[in-house]
Amino acid sequence: MSTTTDAPSAPAPAPSPALQLGHKSRGRAFRNQLARVVMWAAFLLALVPLVWILWTVLARGLHMLLGADWWTHSQRGITSRMVGGGAVHAIQGTLIMAVVTAVIAVPIAVMTAIYLVEYGRGRFARAVSFMVDILTGIPSIVAALFIYAVWVTTFGFQRVAFAVCLALVLLMVPVVVRSTEEMLKLVPNELREASYALGVPKWKTIVRIVLPTAFSGIVTGVLLGLARVMGETAPLLILGPYTKEISTNLFGGLMATLPTMINQDRTESLQPALDRVWGAALTLILLVLLLNLAGRVVARFGRVRG
Amino acid sequence: MTSVTGVSTADNSPAAPGPSPLSGDGASTGRLGDRLFGGAARGAGLLVIILVVLIATFLLSQAIPAIAHDKANFLTSTDWNVDGDTLSFGIANLLWVTVISSVIALLIAVPLGVGVALFITQYSPRWLARPAASLVDLLAAVPSIVYGLWGLWVFGAHLSGIQHVLQDALGWFPLFSDTTVSEGGTIFVVGVVLAIMVLPIVTAISREVFAQTPVTHKEAALALGATRWEMIRTTVLPFGRPGVISASMLALGRALGETVAVLIILSALSGGTAWSWSIFNGGETFASKIANNAAEFDTPQKAGAFIAAGLVLFVLTFVVNALARIVIERRKAFTE
Repeated sequence: MSTTTDAPSAPAPAPSPALQLGHKSRGRAFRNQLARVVMWAAFLLALVPLVWILWTVLARGLHMLLGADWWTHSQRGITSRMVGGGAVHAIQGTLIMAVVTAVIAVPIAVMTAIYLVEYGRGRFARAVSFMVDILTGIPSIVAALFIYAVWVTTFGFQRVAFAVCLALVLLMVPVVVRSTEEMLKLVPNELREASYALGVPKWKTIVRIVLPTAFSGIVTGVLLGLARVMGETAPLLILGPYTKEISTNLFGGLMATLPTMINQDRTESLQPALDRVWGAALTLILLVLLLNLAGRVVARFGRVRG
Repeated sequence: MTSVTGVSTADNSPAAPGPSPLSGDGASTGRLGDRLFGGAARGAGLLVIILVVLIATFLLSQAIPAIAHDKANFLTSTDWNVDGDTLSFGIANLLWVTVISSVIALLIAVPLGVGVALFITQYSPRWLARPAASLVDLLAAVPSIVYGLWGLWVFGAHLSGIQHVLQDALGWFPLFSDTTVSEGGTIFVVGVVLAIMVLPIVTAISREVFAQTPVTHKEAALALGATRWEMIRTTVLPFGRPGVISASMLALGRALGETVAVLIILSALSGGTAWSWSIFNGGETFASKIANNAAEFDTPQKAGAFIAAGLVLFVLTFVVNALARIVIERRKAFTE
């Protein structure tokens, strides 16, 4: 496999004997081949965990998803010893929290990106850009602790689903800012200039010309951001206690999510509980993969054209 | 997938001389709509700054009283006793486990990630390059709780062979000494799982910088008779070095802060266990310690101890990410 793979971007030197001034010693040729083999091996090795994880989750969790109960029932009244029940409460909770998070995070993130690309100059813009980087690097547990310190310690509120959403907003904003920023930078400057030349005010140019041109890219960023926050567990452990029942109240009571459902059942060593753990894990992976896939499809079919 | 890694292509591409064509051009006319919209955009930017400042302030304000009541030395003690009236806690243990597990992760992920990036940009046949990149990116889409389950129940047991080899050969060295922790739940397993989790970050960023190596450099090397590997060693790797360094920093930041996978895999040690340097030991990282005890944040004082640990983690990741940022900026300044 290693002899047929010359990347077209870098043509190998012509093998004409007349041009071969320095002759390739055996050692150099060997090292060259060795490097090629090592790079192939690195790639194949990187695929091992991916295939392994997907296989494990499929093999152990798929049978749970095939039952209709999984999609229609909650775990209400089901103990860890009992077989049955479903994950609808957790799926619903995960989706609700993700949507609420997006509703708060996306406007902030898109406006920040607009500021950075269309308005930002000088020290303030650099500071904003730097802080977005720092926010990108903040561990989810620290975001959760911060919200805890504000929500519970300072204001004395209960731990509720909405507090989780606030922590997730902190994690989603930088992802969406970065992807939106990239997309806005891709919008050709000629479009803006043409608009200004026609006397259109700057804000209208951004809203009517720039944003629609970059729209698919922004949607991709939002989908990827959603995928990230759905898989987050740390804020849920600190701010979102689990319940086995269906609940849609963001400000009171408990709300289930797939990660907390996994976390609850993983400590049981009984088979029905373990089945539910892998079922929930597979459901979560499917949700995240679907969002990623949707993001890629939108990106491919709606690329910025200039 | 740069939106996951948080690094924009523009950060890595050499800046053109002169003012950026995309920076503000002062076209605002001062009309009401312009002032409102521009103000809203500026406000959003300001909000981001305020958020980060608030995070630091709130963590500090809750951590300082707890540290003030701390009877043990916060930085050097390995105690963690926050029940009752007297607080006595130190982060030495947490710091060691957090750092060593992340270092193991980087030792594996950086060479492997650079190899994969080189494969995708230099070796892979054209039809494979895009799918290969997406496949590696998919590793970033697996939720961390799933990594935890897989690491503890499936993957950990398969590492026992390597563990035994290391212990038999190097057991005299404190890092590899024997412990009582069962094989699935060691720092070593956590390190390897973290390596898999941060691999997509290293690969994605390295890939981007390697792909930007000027074609003229590569052709020059080849024209001088370099083999493909020599061409990579003399042009692609030096060109990409700052990118790889900042990628490693961002990966380190992610590994330091990873919570749930560590929480699930690592066996927490009971209070009286003696200190050990061994990577085959159990323990807790900052993040897993906080998550493990989330249910016990009943008094502000007690919560303060954990928030103090969170503050140290925040500072650690802040420094690492800021360094990554500086490396990127320096590179921008030098390459034209």
